[in-house]
Amino acid sequence: MSQMQISQRAADRLARSTPHGIARRVRGLSDKAIAWLFIAPTIVLLLAINVFPLIWTVYLSFTDFRANRINRAVEWVGLRNYERVLTDPDIWHNMLVTAHFLFWTMFFQVLIGFALAWLINKNFRGHGVWTTIILLPMMLSPAVVGNFWTFLYQPQIGLFNYVISFFTGADPSSFQMIGSVNLAPWAIVIVDTWMWTPYTMLICLAGLRSIPDYIYEAAEVDRAGPFRTFWSITLPMVMPFLMLAVLFRSIENFKMFDLVVELTSGGPGSVTELASINLKREAFEKWRTGLSSAFAIILFVTVFGAANIYVKALNTVKSR
Amino acid sequence: MNGYRKTWAAVLCGTMLGGFATTSAQAQDITLCWAAWDPANALVELSKDFTAETGIGMKFEFVPWPNFADRMLNELNSGGKLCDLLIGDSQWIGGGAENGHYVKLNDFFDAEGISMDDFAPATVYAYSTWPKGTPNYWALPAMGDANAWFYRKDWFSKPEIQEAFKAEYGRDLAPPETQRELMEIARFFQGREIDGKTRYGVNIFTERGSEGITMGATGALYAWGFKYENTPGKYDMEGAVNSPEAVEALEFYKELYKCCTAPGYTDSYMQESLDSFKSGQVAMAMNWFAFFPGLYKDEQVGGDKIGFFVNPKQNVEASTLGGQGISVISYSEKKDEALKYIKWFAQPAVQAKWWSLGGYSAHNSVLNDPGFKDSQPFAADFLKAMGAVQDFWQEPAYAELLLAMQKRLHDYIVADQGTAQEALDKLIADWTETFEDEGKL
Amino acid sequence: MSTSTAHSVVEPSRLTRTIAGTLVIVYALVTMVPLAWIFLTGFKTPPDSISYPPKVVFEPSLEGYVNLFTTRTRQTPDYMASLPPPQTWYEELVRSRQMVIAGPSKFGERFLNSVIIGFGSTFLSVFLGTLAAYAFSRFRVPLADDLLFFILSTRMMPPIAVAIPIFLMYRTLGLSDTHLGMIILYTAVNVSLSVWLLKGFVDEIPREYEEAALIDGYTRLQAFVKVVLPQMATGIAATAIFCLIFAWNEYAFALLLTSGTAQTAPPFIPTIIGEGGLDWPAIGAGVTLFLLPVLVFTILLRKHLLRGITFGAVRK
Repeated sequence: MSQMQISQRAADRLARSTPHGIARRVRGLSDKAIAWLFIAPTIVLLLAINVFPLIWTVYLSFTDFRANRINRAVEWVGLRNYERVLTDPDIWHNMLVTAHFLFWTMFFQVLIGFALAWLINKNFRGHGVWTTIILLPMMLSPAVVGNFWTFLYQPQIGLFNYVISFFTGADPSSFQMIGSVNLAPWAIVIVDTWMWTPYTMLICLAGLRSIPDYIYEAAEVDRAGPFRTFWSITLPMVMPFLMLAVLFRSIENFKMFDLVVELTSGGPGSVTELASINLKREAFEKWRTGLSSAFAIILFVTVFGAANIYVKALNTVKSR
Repeated sequence: MNGYRKTWAAVLCGTMLGGFATTSAQAQDITLCWAAWDPANALVELSKDFTAETGIGMKFEFVPWPNFADRMLNELNSGGKLCDLLIGDSQWIGGGAENGHYVKLNDFFDAEGISMDDFAPATVYAYSTWPKGTPNYWALPAMGDANAWFYRKDWFSKPEIQEAFKAEYGRDLAPPETQRELMEIARFFQGREIDGKTRYGVNIFTERGSEGITMGATGALYAWGFKYENTPGKYDMEGAVNSPEAVEALEFYKELYKCCTAPGYTDSYMQESLDSFKSGQVAMAMNWFAFFPGLYKDEQVGGDKIGFFVNPKQNVEASTLGGQGISVISYSEKKDEALKYIKWFAQPAVQAKWWSLGGYSAHNSVLNDPGFKDSQPFAADFLKAMGAVQDFWQEPAYAELLLAMQKRLHDYIVADQGTAQEALDKLIADWTETFEDEGKL
Repeated sequence: MSTSTAHSVVEPSRLTRTIAGTLVIVYALVTMVPLAWIFLTGFKTPPDSISYPPKVVFEPSLEGYVNLFTTRTRQTPDYMASLPPPQTWYEELVRSRQMVIAGPSKFGERFLNSVIIGFGSTFLSVFLGTLAAYAFSRFRVPLADDLLFFILSTRMMPPIAVAIPIFLMYRTLGLSDTHLGMIILYTAVNVSLSVWLLKGFVDEIPREYEEAALIDGYTRLQAFVKVVLPQMATGIAATAIFCLIFAWNEYAFALLLTSGTAQTAPPFIPTIIGEGGLDWPAIGAGVTLFLLPVLVFTILLRKHLLRGITFGAVRK
């Protein structure tokens, strides 16, 4: 999204930057000085806290450095850390877990989020208030919420199992959401969906509202049925918004750490051990700083690469 | 707009000043870091005497067990100054010594006349020395501990229960002598109605995040005769870690988990063990001795309703070691005050009070006291357990070794992946990799 | 057929609206259940909180809140009998559980840390963001698009990945576990959002205002302070709230880079434990107090929410 927006902005900046150059120069600092004075602190901060660390991480990823052994000699190990990460079956397992989590959270959030937005767009009475209420979960602290969901998921005393048993008749202690191998991956999907469906809903709603009425009116004149209208007008017009929502959520969920670590801490076994959780274990519990730096770089390149490809696709959809 | 900005600035300055005011401690205060559990409260009580005697104020930072190792090792590795004194877990001693986190205490002990011979040998070996068994001391034994068991004495003594048990197993219902008996009793209680409620057999450690499942399963492993190495100090694990006895013990622990625990305890450690027992769900549970004074005092299940027993033997007598020594942090700016605390703490009179308040003294004057065994219903068991304790690796790379074992055990026991043999074989591979990285293999 | 229906596609029928409304309200109510449960648990007694089946109707108690703010020790009945009668209602409550109050808990400190770090970093990131956004919006900055994209891309790093070198850096500089260290870190994370959002707001302010001011004899800086800033007030307030919510909710950095002095509430709340067993009412109480400010802010912010969560890419 950033690129498409930037390119538009660049165009109108060019168009408008010419006429005013008359009034400035006269008094005080020159515009150029002010521009740099205003931008420099931000850039310096980001260089110090983001870029410098990133470069350092790249350097560390080629060494066998351990942050808990300051006195040990650091050796250059070349690509060995990368090789170890990429051939580690446990890390590939983390990737699979992350992919499963990513796919299903996106699937449910798009589906439910879009449906909700579509319903809200019917403008029933009081929709404003209810929309605000629906939005609340996504503003909360994921770690704190994750922690509390462990309570809701308790087989005997928790509300979740009790509600399920109320509707299905199954014994509430007969299944364990975060303790069983089969259910735990879904337990984290449920909480993430609960928390973040409002996000896609809100963006889809903006998309629906951006469709001008006259298009629907034209469709009506053409005697298009409601399904046709939906498939050939509503959906395509909302698509760029939907894809934007998926982009932002995917980046966030790929990095997912806090919610799941508090909910399952990766268990049972390693069934819900997302890439970030294992990265934290490698880096801050095992203190394999070099190896985990390589792991971090691989993750970063993956997100960055995938996001860029995705933005290209998004631009194609948008320009259609 | 200006007003708006000023308000912001005022709020900011106000909160910052407030924050700094609360965080800037008095120069004389020292901070002691430990786990948040029952004995820590006892230590707060005990330390009031120290403040009264010396005028040095005590501040405490207690972290719950599941986060304790993580938080504190992170603190040490970042060279933090939060703690002046740390009651750190026995396995940290190697890293604490080799990475320069702990102050070496030999000179101090000599100067102050503190002798390590006054403390139980097992505790000195485990909590103070690095390299293991050498007279290089990095901590003073502060809290002796081991993993043991407690049970519902009131249920065990019900005539109808006793009859039913005898009919089924042909022997009297009593605290188990062996691990196999433990499982029989647990199986007997599993799903049984007592006082109109469904009860379960046992609570065992299955926690994934920190050290829970390892500490629980080693209780069985050690009792079957598990060893980390064939020859101590050689790191030759093949045939020791995955011996037939180890495989059998691990299969046993898994079966115990599957057959006889209450639903929902898939990630259970100290707190969950207490929960399940206090809420009347289970007949027996494992936990550290540290909690026994509190359990005995409990209004619901304490007193004559509770009994204690040491980890049952199978092939050998053995218990999993807990407990900690108290160390001075090398990054502290108040080392002298911290050392004063250790000097004070080592006195026999203070050690006696420590035990009476609910801490487990490792001092011989307390343990060898003729009245010790009868001072608490679990005191005799404590002595027995401490006579046969075994500990996890205490290597500087301990955290790495522990994480590998947590994963392999949880994968096998809770997540049902692979066999016990495979789990232990993989564990050897993990550990070998770590020791190779360490240059020890 | 569609032409003969009474309503148009654009205006949904009454029935459609009722059905849509019902479905949305049902969803909203279901989605509120976990939050309501947190709130209710805070007012339960510990035995009520772990009762089976879960209790919906119960006698409210402030025990959770008392436990949240105090540490307590269990004592023998003899000792309890020897104490003077309790001075306050909360002492009485604690005594009824065979315990005495040993002192305040750490919750107050951690909450204050959250406030200090949250407000400090918000102030800084909005301040830096306002300046940068104005410059990007009004001046021809070489490589502006690349710089803007660079500012955004810093947000894609997994926090744990950045945390490794930051940890080393802070250790060297002595910034580990300090308020200042956390403020700088959160500022760096938030400034990307702040620049992007605020730039959108500045773009919407007509340039004619400033140009008029310049002609009236203001310098650029004066025009910025006296003309543009007041126009940006709403945008700044909205951006500030977004930054504050991020800093308030952040967990990974706080977990890895703080231990006691500067630890914020999110890594602390899950570690609240009771005297033997998890103290769910105290956790419920802590969570309620912690989430409350965010709920209020969300309601205040609802008009700008969309813009905030999409980095200004979607506006209404």
